[in-house]
Amino acid sequence: MFTNYIFYFLSALALYSGVMMLLSKKPIHSVLFLTLTFFAIGGHYILLNAQFLAIVHIIVYAGAIMVLFLFTVMLLNLNKDERSPKPVWVKGAAIIAGAMLGMVLIGVFRGYDLHLVQHPMESQIGLVKELGRILYRDYMLPFEISSILFLTAMVGAVLLGKKEQI
Amino acid sequence: MNALNSIPISYYLMFCSVLFCIGVTGVLIKRNALVILMSIELMINSINLLLAAFSAYSNDPAGQIFVFFIMVVAAAEVAIGLAIIVLIYKTTHSIDIDILNKLKW
Repeated sequence: MFTNYIFYFLSALALYSGVMMLLSKKPIHSVLFLTLTFFAIGGHYILLNAQFLAIVHIIVYAGAIMVLFLFTVMLLNLNKDERSPKPVWVKGAAIIAGAMLGMVLIGVFRGYDLHLVQHPMESQIGLVKELGRILYRDYMLPFEISSILFLTAMVGAVLLGKKEQI
Repeated sequence: MNALNSIPISYYLMFCSVLFCIGVTGVLIKRNALVILMSIELMINSINLLLAAFSAYSNDPAGQIFVFFIMVVAAAEVAIGLAIIVLIYKTTHSIDIDILNKLKW
């Protein structure tokens, strides 16, 4: 089916750019490959019919956070190779540890075959109308508290980035 | 455009597990603090996608609300983290994490 091919393509794109993010030497290439991963995950959200999350993901991650990362890389002039890379045995041990974690996770989830979906064609929960109703009715207090968290983070970032010492 | 009919949930489990492990490996092998922060972002994204997939498959909108809140917290975390990295760079002229071992012992 057509959606299967889209799923495989987006998954392969996300995994490829995630691996390339680790393999690239310069930080700015890592940032660009991470942006590609974020776009692939946004495509996954659209595939899941979670349109609100897809839009928010593209705006927040591929827009704001990537601009922050790129701005930091260019501001600090970090676009050079790592001066003294880790020894090879540390890298090998890290890759082996990550691969073993992956094997454990896949081994745990391999037999997972729960039939969760009851009405697959009626999955309209990801639309803006439905999610907004639930967000403003049931999750009003966490929404307001998260706005305070944002204000705190903004004040903290400005305070940390100030020129003179506190 | 509805993936729920033809793709089982275990595909999403596999994909998100592999993406999470790529993030873990990135935290372990990199020395640049900026790239480590990016790997943490990758891990958060894989968890978000899995939560949204479970929410869509079980027809429960609360999971997608949770993903929204996780995105809020991740954005605040990145802002503070990058401010701290800029501050470290101003102080030590490097963001290599092997230099930043004053708090280790």
